[in-house]
Amino acid sequence: MPAPTTLEHVARRIRGKLVEMSHHAGTPHLGSSLSCVDIVASSYWSALNIDPQRPDDPDRDRFILSKGHAAPALYTALAFRGFFPEDQLETFGEPGSVLAEQPSPGCVPGVEAATGSLGHGLPIGVGIAIAGRIQRRSRRTFVLMSDGECNEGSVWEAAMFAPAQRLDRLAVMVDYNKWQATGRSDEVMALSPLKDKWEAFGWSAYEVDGHDLDALCDALGRVPDGSGKPVAIIAHTVKGKGVSFMEDDNNWHYRIPTAEEVRQARDELGLSH
Amino acid sequence: MRNAFAEEIARLAATDERIALLSGDIGNRLFDPYKAQFPERFFNCGVAEANLIGTGAGMAMCGMRPVGYTIVPFITTRCLEQIRVDLCYHRLPMVIVGVGGGMSYASLGATHHSCEDIAFMRVLPGMTVICPGDSHEVRGAVRAALQLDGPSYIRIGKKGEPLVHETEPDFKIGKGIVVREGTDVCLLATGNILPVAVEAGEALAAQGVSARVVSFHTVKPLDDALLRESFERFRVVATVEEHSVLGGLGGSVAEWMTDQQNVRARLCRIGTPDEFLHVAGEQEYARECWNLTTKGIAEQTLRALGASSDRSSR
Repeated sequence: MPAPTTLEHVARRIRGKLVEMSHHAGTPHLGSSLSCVDIVASSYWSALNIDPQRPDDPDRDRFILSKGHAAPALYTALAFRGFFPEDQLETFGEPGSVLAEQPSPGCVPGVEAATGSLGHGLPIGVGIAIAGRIQRRSRRTFVLMSDGECNEGSVWEAAMFAPAQRLDRLAVMVDYNKWQATGRSDEVMALSPLKDKWEAFGWSAYEVDGHDLDALCDALGRVPDGSGKPVAIIAHTVKGKGVSFMEDDNNWHYRIPTAEEVRQARDELGLSH
Repeated sequence: MRNAFAEEIARLAATDERIALLSGDIGNRLFDPYKAQFPERFFNCGVAEANLIGTGAGMAMCGMRPVGYTIVPFITTRCLEQIRVDLCYHRLPMVIVGVGGGMSYASLGATHHSCEDIAFMRVLPGMTVICPGDSHEVRGAVRAALQLDGPSYIRIGKKGEPLVHETEPDFKIGKGIVVREGTDVCLLATGNILPVAVEAGEALAAQGVSARVVSFHTVKPLDDALLRESFERFRVVATVEEHSVLGGLGGSVAEWMTDQQNVRARLCRIGTPDEFLHVAGEQEYARECWNLTTKGIAEQTLRALGASSDRSSR
């Protein structure tokens, strides 16, 4: 495969890998992983001030995948970005592999926090941002959450605390794919209007098309945005994005693609087999 | 005890810039001296304990030494998952300080009682559990906990507890402190009940029973050497705690005993029963309800000693 030349190609390569990994390891949450790929790609290839050769640099920007069930998207991005060898992705989900279905602490370079239980990433991000201020570090902290995750009370505890602390170098990105595990996220809980909620909590909130890479890079690049407030980026996404027969079909929260479906998916993504 | 904590943490923060204090909207005036000196390292995190722990975890990930402080039930059970995942799973050095251990806040009702917290905390992998017995021990515990590389829980009382030690003892995590030597029975007391256990030791002496009383301040890790020696030397070893007899110090020692060969001593667990207290009353009243008074502890010990004598004479 030729080296990726554009961000759009990177995103497609990640998606193709995710479909393969789900099939190979027999792991669920493919729809959730696909929906956040463009956010992850914009972060790792544009917004984040990071150096794969110096994953422990205290000044590095922090990216926390609070929706830990999308770990394959994070692992793939980190591997493609050079944090660890790409062939290590082949061990995903195997007994004894450090690449578990949800990230464990420090499992590979670049993973900042173990996640999986929802609603933990934002409070941790708040602590990282506060420490950055005390330690006079320039870093920014980005926390990627799912819309279903916004059910958790701890999210709103942190959402109230961060503006009180004026953490303007902290950003939340909500992968708003309108689904949670077993229902529409606007029906299970009264999530909508989500942007208004974050604004009401004291955040500087933006809505973007979560699959428009330019718009994402632009929004993420605005942190801090000069308002003195933390930034919430509500990214409207499609669960299962990039594979026609998975898009907006919540069965793919748990379904695992067959070999034939992997082939079809990679064809649609314009990738070789 | 809380005043000793507030003074000690302010003293330590002066020399260790990694220390930050996170309060769960309590300690009105208590932390004023700290806040005056280190305003940028004091955070009133509000009534939002899950976020308090997660925030502490994030700070610890960046090399800081956060110390979280609020009333025991709210900084343990309320945010247990944050402690388990954010702190323990990541092995982060946050010190959790719970004020109002046991029945310290008896009058506030069972929502504020804490007779299960030791049990919850000690089963978490990597967690150190310390229950200082007086204000001197609080200071030692805070200093020792801040040296750890992983999470710790310090369970303190409230204020005005009697001092057991005249000066600050040599405080080491996992090393019990013998407060009173004796030859017949051994009382292992943890936390704010220690002064009562010491009195019970004296009451026993007045009745001709020589009791060793130990401040067994660390529930995890257990002082294995002291336990071995005590179970060899004494016919009865009693654990004393203002905590349920389930899962606390008594539960820990019972588990420890199960793993030993040829233990002859009898274990007597003195603590609170497996129930809530539903009525009004201060700590003293609660202790009377549950036989955690000087007399009650002495009597329970004597009963165990009697049972032990019956058994050995058969």
